[in-house]
Amino acid sequence: MNITMNHGAGGRVMHDFIQKSVVGHLGNDLLTRMDDAAVLDLPAGSRLALTTDSYVVHPLFFPGGDIGRLAVCGTVNDLSTAGADPLYLTLAFILEEGFPLADLDRILASIAATAREAGVRIVTGDTKVVERGKGDGIFINTAGVGAIPAGVDLSTHNARPGDVILVSGPMGNHEVALFAVREKLPFSTSIESDATPLNHLVQRLLATTPEIRAIKDPTRGGVASALWEICEHSGVAVTVDEESLPVDKEVRGVCELVGFDPLYLANEGKLVVVCGPEAEGPLLEVMGPGAARIATVYRGPAALTMETAIGGRRRLSMLESVQLPRIC
Amino acid sequence: MHSATLKEKVSLLSMALATEARRPLTFMEVCGTHTMAIARHGIKSLLPENVSIVSGPGCPVCVTSAGDIERAISLGDTPGVIVATFGDMIKVPGEERTLGSAANVKVIYSPLDALELARSTPDKQVVLLGIGFETTAPLMAAAILQAHREGLSNFTVLSMHKVVPPALQLLLSDPTSRLSGFILPGHVSAITGRIYYDFLKDSRVSSVVAGFEPLDIMESLYLLVKACMAGDSRPINNYPRIVREEGNPKAMGTMFQVFEPCDASWRGIGTIPASGLAIRSEYKDFDAVRRFDLAEREVPEPAGCLCGAILMGKALPDQCRHFGKTCTPSFPVGPCMVSTEGTCAAWFKYNL
Repeated sequence: MNITMNHGAGGRVMHDFIQKSVVGHLGNDLLTRMDDAAVLDLPAGSRLALTTDSYVVHPLFFPGGDIGRLAVCGTVNDLSTAGADPLYLTLAFILEEGFPLADLDRILASIAATAREAGVRIVTGDTKVVERGKGDGIFINTAGVGAIPAGVDLSTHNARPGDVILVSGPMGNHEVALFAVREKLPFSTSIESDATPLNHLVQRLLATTPEIRAIKDPTRGGVASALWEICEHSGVAVTVDEESLPVDKEVRGVCELVGFDPLYLANEGKLVVVCGPEAEGPLLEVMGPGAARIATVYRGPAALTMETAIGGRRRLSMLESVQLPRIC
Repeated sequence: MHSATLKEKVSLLSMALATEARRPLTFMEVCGTHTMAIARHGIKSLLPENVSIVSGPGCPVCVTSAGDIERAISLGDTPGVIVATFGDMIKVPGEERTLGSAANVKVIYSPLDALELARSTPDKQVVLLGIGFETTAPLMAAAILQAHREGLSNFTVLSMHKVVPPALQLLLSDPTSRLSGFILPGHVSAITGRIYYDFLKDSRVSSVVAGFEPLDIMESLYLLVKACMAGDSRPINNYPRIVREEGNPKAMGTMFQVFEPCDASWRGIGTIPASGLAIRSEYKDFDAVRRFDLAEREVPEPAGCLCGAILMGKALPDQCRHFGKTCTPSFPVGPCMVSTEGTCAAWFKYNL
């Protein structure tokens, strides 16, 4: 069974599809009301965080995840970087006529499982179908709202001289996993995408110390681009210690072979955290093995420098061109 | 800890270099891999103020003339032809377009891929772009010999290969040159051997064959400084674990079985006598120039582009008015910005 134009036409087929497939997987008290708009309760006294993201990843299923898992993780993680507790997500599909219903069912099951993992509810959505050849199977958009508890103020404008920068685990696994399946490398790898909802980890970090200034999730453009943003927004100089950068051995192997720099590779389950120096130890402990302090913040002007493993210094530039398209 | 030791060793070499270098010294590396290794490890920041390193014409993509790119583009637009090339070439600008914009271009990872392409598409003419120095030329030669053995009639090579010594001689013949020494390419030397550079013995510069690990490079720089101070111009082999005195005679034999020296046009520099490799008449059936009757093309360099002077070590990337403004890795004007191993690309990405 495949998607037909009727699945997006607003009639019986679409209604049945949504009831059976979408609500079947994702149903909750808010979604099953099926009103045109979801009406949401928010914790009193909190501020609201709102974000949206579209997912066009290719291939749809890859080691460690799929487009559905990404569509939940990406939006949950964007909310989490603001210190928000993600509560509600919207879910919109653009489907191409002929897309296999079995694949869509698999994606919906993955969305449901990931939403459960993150503890968020899908509360409203939309389905559109375009003619065969006018899309590429499936595109997904999710938007999300989260509540920021009073007293939490995270921003890439907050870094100050003396702060340190941590990364929560090894870099580059998501992009290299996609590269490996797309390019059909002449050897096999066990590299998997790190796509994970990070909201629980963020909440635990925030509970550990009030000394967190900023959190970034280093997706497209990688950790280097996250660091650039911190430099520019806060007007500070950042020096990265090359020796400290966590990269899995297999990921490093692929990078050396094809000329990728792990610092620029997309992650879907890692955090870059700017904090006061005394918070480093406790935060690294919460993050667990694989986490590392990778950089130190100095007085401006904004500049990003690498201290290399041999003790040399060089510039760390922004990502100049696409390494790999359609990675999320 | 291994890395702490490495840092200590590098630091010692850095101090020793500073002590030995008692006058200003300018060294040139002539290998894209050295360009990148030096930039990526921040090696320039570990040198005393009076020692500097410039990049020479060592990036094969960068030295390929715009006229040769145009010939490749015209082949890529010829019906029935597939141009097979290493990926680095497809972004290089010719006169107006890049090779990537031509109709039939396929990126390959090894010359053998091109042979396979020819076997599997007998109704197409497969033209392999031969770029690179003494390192890749033997591989191309081996591919031609294989095609010859198989009697493949739809496989040719457009040879744009270059050899290193004539370029070094040209650099030395320049009376305004302030070069004190060459860092000689490790990969090329593995094929050619150390004795290939013995012509430098009678020159005014010192030279060293160097590997690509940071310690290899730092050590080689130290040896180069010492040789300069002693006025010793005998080429040193500081990469003996890979480079033998006589190199790889079999690979050199294969190369010269198929190719013979010819004059070649270097981008931004011009024609250097006997610096290229043309396919010998015995293998003319595999020569794309003959098969497709390709004429020489002269294409002017982009206005204001300093790639030529940069490749000769006479200008630094940031002295070019295009650099970082109208010429970036995303929108390159000159070849030194196109290749990931180009001097300008390395400078843009890594220079403090």
